[in-house]
Amino acid sequence: MSKEKIIHCKNDSCLHEGRRDFLKKSSALAALAVASPAILKAAEDDEKIAAWFEKIPLQIEVNGIAHNLNVEPRVTLLDFLREYLHLTGTKKGCDHGQCGACTVHADGKRINSCLSLAVMNEGKKITTIEGIAKGDKLHPMQEAFIRHDGFQCGYCTPGQIMSAIACIKEGHANNEDEVREFMSGNICRCGAYPNIADAIIEVKNGGYEL
Amino acid sequence: MINFEYTRVSSVKAAIDVLAKNPTGSFIAGGTNLIDLMKRGVTAPSRLIDINNLPLKQIEETKTGLSIGALVINSDVEENDIVQKKYPLLAMALKAGASAQLRNMATVGGNIMQRTRCTYFHDTAMPCNKREPGSGCGALQGYNRMHAIFGASDKCIAVHPSDMCIALAALDATVHISGPKGERKILFTNFHRLPGDTPGKDNTLLKGEIIAGVTIPENNFIKNIYYLKIRDRASYAFALVSVAAALELSGETVKNVRLAMGGVAHKPWRLTEAEKFLTGKRVSKETFIQAAEIAMKGAKAYGHNNFKLKMAPAAIVEALMKAAG
Repeated sequence: MSKEKIIHCKNDSCLHEGRRDFLKKSSALAALAVASPAILKAAEDDEKIAAWFEKIPLQIEVNGIAHNLNVEPRVTLLDFLREYLHLTGTKKGCDHGQCGACTVHADGKRINSCLSLAVMNEGKKITTIEGIAKGDKLHPMQEAFIRHDGFQCGYCTPGQIMSAIACIKEGHANNEDEVREFMSGNICRCGAYPNIADAIIEVKNGGYEL
Repeated sequence: MINFEYTRVSSVKAAIDVLAKNPTGSFIAGGTNLIDLMKRGVTAPSRLIDINNLPLKQIEETKTGLSIGALVINSDVEENDIVQKKYPLLAMALKAGASAQLRNMATVGGNIMQRTRCTYFHDTAMPCNKREPGSGCGALQGYNRMHAIFGASDKCIAVHPSDMCIALAALDATVHISGPKGERKILFTNFHRLPGDTPGKDNTLLKGEIIAGVTIPENNFIKNIYYLKIRDRASYAFALVSVAAALELSGETVKNVRLAMGGVAHKPWRLTEAEKFLTGKRVSKETFIQAAEIAMKGAKAYGHNNFKLKMAPAAIVEALMKAAG
């Protein structure tokens, strides 16, 4: 019931309460709200206010840019990147940590951004696929993927590339078997695995600064 | 995902206090299991208590062994020098679990607390006594290929999915717990439980408690160890059957041995009788086969997982052979 919230919000104390507690208490006041035209008008802003209540301040650095935003706790890091920052290079595949399409680096470690809440990344430095090229100069791993044809449809590619860079940095790209083992969290439904492995081995042996 | 309230805490005491005030809340660390379950509607905590800032991130050698904080991520345990040198079975089991990305997120405490991967538990349209007590077990008469062959009940035949826990059970680890009434510890093998009539409870952690860490007693299982994991693909899949085998050999004689299995029971399944049998015996394939027969006593399959009755003893033998070198 949208009207309930408005009334109760006039009481400053509710600012410090959670939404669930707040809804419980406010239900008793619901009857008061029904007749008042002023409050009915105010109810138009209901969703905005309800959303404001649920949001948590978040400081996060993405690709070198600091962001200060308020987000709902249920927003995953993946959705935060895509929907709030419009960095849609990071892909949503399975959304359950099974495919690796959403792989990003958090403080240098590769993670599945679909299984991390944005608010759990407070103060962290995130790198996405958009953050690895230097201006127009592609990252060596991006160039290697192109050279080796390491993709067909390309949907898994941002995750593959972010995972591949980390794989080398971790020291887990010493041979093809090791690459395959440590890249197993990135599924490619087109089956470009041999070319992906070739690209990673080439970058590893190329001595690039990653 | 059903929305929830969110609190960040920075001390164990605060974590326990906030949970006490929010009995329908839940701790969150890596989130790799919990967020998945919340997205599927399997669980819907009213509040998430983010414990990532708690000071439980140390791996330390102690006078009696190794101490690992509950919030150390799986990849940091696996890559740790002391773990690799002195507890290689743990490192090997960790490397067999999940993917590199997930191991960078999942914590030791979260790994211990992870829920079963039984598809009936995950599918809210299906009956499941673990998710919804009294609704029935979909797996018992259903597609139970991944399910238990030891210690199951007519209420639940789910298995514990962890690899790390199988190694910790084999290594006689201890779980350290903090709660409203203070601290306590429990042997790893007693931490998880069998389903019985109350499969909703995965373990013996009491309401309001939190895992602070695990300790592993010093041991000589360094050279002759193996973690064998059999799964549907070469990497990144849950175990059909896994075996943690650790031998301490004196020449050709087994001086000390530890065996535990994964993918076969509601908890890490320690093969105590087989261990007793092997102690003092000479290393040979025939002896290992006999040990596997002993280990399989009481095993029961449910149709689609009948193959595990053959796979499990073969896996025990193979793991022991690999461990023996």
